[in-house]
Amino acid sequence: MTDIFKPEVDRRTLLRRAAAVGLLATPAVSMLSACLGGGGDDEDTADKPAGEVSATNPLGVKEDAPLEIVIFNGGLGTKYATDVDIPSYNKLFPNSKVTFNQTEEISTVVQPRFTAGDPPDMINNSGSKLMDQGALVSAGQVQDLTDLFAAPSVDISGKTVKDTLIPGTVEQGTFNGKPYVLNYAFTVFGLWYSGKLFKDNGWTVPTTWADFTKLLDAMKAKGITPYGYAGANAPYYQYTAILTSAAKIGGPDVLKNIDNLEPGAWTSDAVKQAAAAWAEVGAKYSNKAFLGLKHTEVQLQQNQYKVGLYPSGSWLENEQAKDTPAGFDYQLMPIPSVTTADKLPVTALYAAAGEQYFVASKGKNPRGGMEFLRHMLSKAGAVGFTQLTKTLTVVAGATDGMEISAGLTSGNKALGAAGADTFSFRFDTWYKKLDDEVRAATNELMYQGGNADKFTQRIQKVADAVKADSSIEKFSR
Amino acid sequence: MKHGRYPFIIGFLIVPVAIYATFVVYPYIQAFNLSFTNWRGFSPTFDYIGFDNFTKLFQDTTFWKAIQHHAVLLIAMPLLTIAIALFFAFLLNVGGGSKGGLMTGVRGSKFYRVIFFFPQLLALALVAVIFSRVYSPDESGLINGLLQQVGVNDPVLFLADKNLALWSIIAVLVWQAVGFYVVLFSAGMGSIPTEIYEAAALDGATRGTLFFKVTLPLLWNTLQVAWVYLGIAAFDAFALVNVMSVDRGGPDGATTVLGLEIFRNMQDYGQYGYASAMGVVLFFLTLTFAALTLRVTRRDTVEL
Repeated sequence: MTDIFKPEVDRRTLLRRAAAVGLLATPAVSMLSACLGGGGDDEDTADKPAGEVSATNPLGVKEDAPLEIVIFNGGLGTKYATDVDIPSYNKLFPNSKVTFNQTEEISTVVQPRFTAGDPPDMINNSGSKLMDQGALVSAGQVQDLTDLFAAPSVDISGKTVKDTLIPGTVEQGTFNGKPYVLNYAFTVFGLWYSGKLFKDNGWTVPTTWADFTKLLDAMKAKGITPYGYAGANAPYYQYTAILTSAAKIGGPDVLKNIDNLEPGAWTSDAVKQAAAAWAEVGAKYSNKAFLGLKHTEVQLQQNQYKVGLYPSGSWLENEQAKDTPAGFDYQLMPIPSVTTADKLPVTALYAAAGEQYFVASKGKNPRGGMEFLRHMLSKAGAVGFTQLTKTLTVVAGATDGMEISAGLTSGNKALGAAGADTFSFRFDTWYKKLDDEVRAATNELMYQGGNADKFTQRIQKVADAVKADSSIEKFSR
Repeated sequence: MKHGRYPFIIGFLIVPVAIYATFVVYPYIQAFNLSFTNWRGFSPTFDYIGFDNFTKLFQDTTFWKAIQHHAVLLIAMPLLTIAIALFFAFLLNVGGGSKGGLMTGVRGSKFYRVIFFFPQLLALALVAVIFSRVYSPDESGLINGLLQQVGVNDPVLFLADKNLALWSIIAVLVWQAVGFYVVLFSAGMGSIPTEIYEAAALDGATRGTLFFKVTLPLLWNTLQVAWVYLGIAAFDAFALVNVMSVDRGGPDGATTVLGLEIFRNMQDYGQYGYASAMGVVLFFLTLTFAALTLRVTRRDTVEL
């Protein structure tokens, strides 16, 4: 063995080899260019009905054209697509072969195909590796969904697809005036806890910040980490909580200003107050070791009754289904009011249509992709989705009166109590760079000894930079 | 004899050169080209924008942060790896003293040689996942679990502490690399004629003297190669940082490297032109480093 590596390389060969290794050592560069494929030509023939338009085929899908869909495999799973939506589509178009693909990394799998001009027809753009939806829209790769929303519903008679949706759904997927994206899942965001843990300890849901910290104290006394989120990959959950508080303090316009990159949007008093309140929770009632944990690890600790409250969206129950002990009883509480002078009541909620689905405009069968979305938006599609994922859809009242799960019922009740006081933000999908900065700033605020002023100022700086950067498309609402 | 020589050589070279040109040289040319564009990666069209990407790059604080981390990596990683590998290689080959006129390693050196090479056999992604568990901040982490057993209740936040995170990752890089260099140096030591050791030993040289006066000078060429290889590896570190670090390159940018920023700009922000500009800078950094190292460490080779 010792004879293999005789060091008889002379300087010349060594230099040459070093140069060769130098070339090999920067694979990222060649990776980049590998994506720059031949590219498809810009035909605009796609956006016309390819088949005959009829009452059962309002979008004019070509009966036997194959369809390719890609679904993100995450908290919601993919069963809803394979077991509910594809059969529903094939019932109307038995001669169309539907190709189904799933992935945990959407951009890795799908983006090269856009560049090569051969995209799948319908894509579920979601997960931590989602594609920049705004950039896709401005590159002309996304199909205008106006026809879909104007088409009649599959199984709710006498109504167009748009009429069957929760108000605001179409707007949520609108980019500069045109609907391009269907946000299908309706997510309620708040603090999740175990109903059992609360019942066993006689704890009640707090509405004021003073009661909230009292509850956290009581949990601490019990040896439970009162509050926590995963810093390693889910600071997003925590900043949603902070911004929910900010919106309650100063009204939903606080978030609108943030989305529109208004000057001083982040340094407003509402954001500052919210950040200060949450910084205290982070310093006193959490465990800074969580900064190094992933979301599933913290969620598991909650299932083991080691963590009291956890900020998350309503996908949580389904995501944890395998690890949740019997009787855990997931419950949602709206985030308590920070001040007594909050503009919105304590019942106000961060709730939004989320989970993006879009049709590729330059795909082979864009009409089929839209038709597929029409089937997802049918009543049967919505009920199937909710049953399989414990998550509501944007189809209004599709599952009313159905007992599906504790967490879902709890979320639904909170949504009912909130009434018109729901709000959301969109800067995270519009400006990925800003999202990254808010994540880092949130970790600093909660676990690394940051404070509200530092938090708001550093984010404002990046928000201003994004605004000034002409290479980033701007959106507004 | 001369007749038919060129067809022969060309016949051998054409395939590898074609493959190299297609998969290495051509993508490089493309990357250089792209670095002058505003390509977003979502369509085949783009505009040329001159040096805009580069001026923007030099004002980007994250970029400079990444460069700083490379500087730390560039000094710490080769030094630690080479020091540890040399020490082990010396023990394995010469450390046992002379037996019947032959220099031997410490007892069981054949066994250790195999063990040291193990980390090299693991895919980098696997190593990253394993060490994420080793470093985990709760009691499920190998180190923190053990610490808790002996009564230390405040966990060490290897990856979540700004000041520790980069060093924790460097430790993994070193752990993974040492095995290979032990083998490389062993090979180098094996080719040093035993008479030299014998002569030195007869003159009453201690092990320390043997190492510094005999082994090290005769190993100079191998060391140089090792330094270049490790330096180039220090410009990468992408895989470990991407998998292990908190919030990808965090906490708060404390571990980010150029490879990760390239990836982030292209995958997350859709700024392929800008990412290519970073790639071009990385290319020149690596090349400059390799050339510089070879210049600076130039020394007359001891002829055997």
